[in-house]
Amino acid sequence: MESTLESVNRAEEMADQIAARVGLDEDTRSGVSMAVREAMINAVLHGNAYDPGKRVNVTFEQNGRELVVTISDEGKGFVPEDVPNPLAPENLLKQSGRGIFLMRAFMDEVRFRKLDPGTEIILIKRLQSSGLERQEAST
Amino acid sequence: MSMKASTRQVDGVTIVDLSGRITLGEGSVVLRDTVKDLLGKGQKKILLNLGDVSYIDSSGIGELVSAFTSVRNQGGELKLLHLTKKVHDLLQITKLYTVFDVKDDEAAAIGAFNH
Repeated sequence: MESTLESVNRAEEMADQIAARVGLDEDTRSGVSMAVREAMINAVLHGNAYDPGKRVNVTFEQNGRELVVTISDEGKGFVPEDVPNPLAPENLLKQSGRGIFLMRAFMDEVRFRKLDPGTEIILIKRLQSSGLERQEAST
Repeated sequence: MSMKASTRQVDGVTIVDLSGRITLGEGSVVLRDTVKDLLGKGQKKILLNLGDVSYIDSSGIGELVSAFTSVRNQGGELKLLHLTKKVHDLLQITKLYTVFDVKDDEAAAIGAFNH
């Protein structure tokens, strides 16, 4: 996907549709969509910095027990541990820095992998149902 | 769905009726410009009515925080009105619910401003 705001919105919509298809309830679905939106913002804005020459790759995968969303960018990368805790009193009134916290709040597991160049964010939501499905977004 | 903002005056308080999504891009910009415009006109008692705001992302949260601190730094007050469950929950988990003065009743909210 291109490094645009439209891609952020599109990935969020896809997440909502796929989360519905795998049977997540409305609240959980909304959380998954928000986590995907935040990961996309991270990739498009902080990673690729809206660079039209850089792409964001988004993959949705259901393996029966989990919905796994993988989002990767081609940016300069970052160290997740270096991101300040947005709940710390001194950070509460900061304008930014809540994206990763929100991903972790709404997903069961969030992993980061350093690429060369870029960052891959893996969002995992555990499911009750079974099945196998894989979808890739590429435009 | 795009963000819309309209303002009205009640007893010296500017009520901003917001609708749509406060998200990265247009929604955040509309909120930022609206508050900036009000402060520029000396309207420092601001009540943000979020009753028709369906969704806020981290960028939107940042804009709410920024609006709150901008108004406060100019000696004004900014309060929030009519949070949807989704927005309420979001402010709870980000520990901002107690930072903002959140009201459920418009008349009570207007009365809570320093007159």
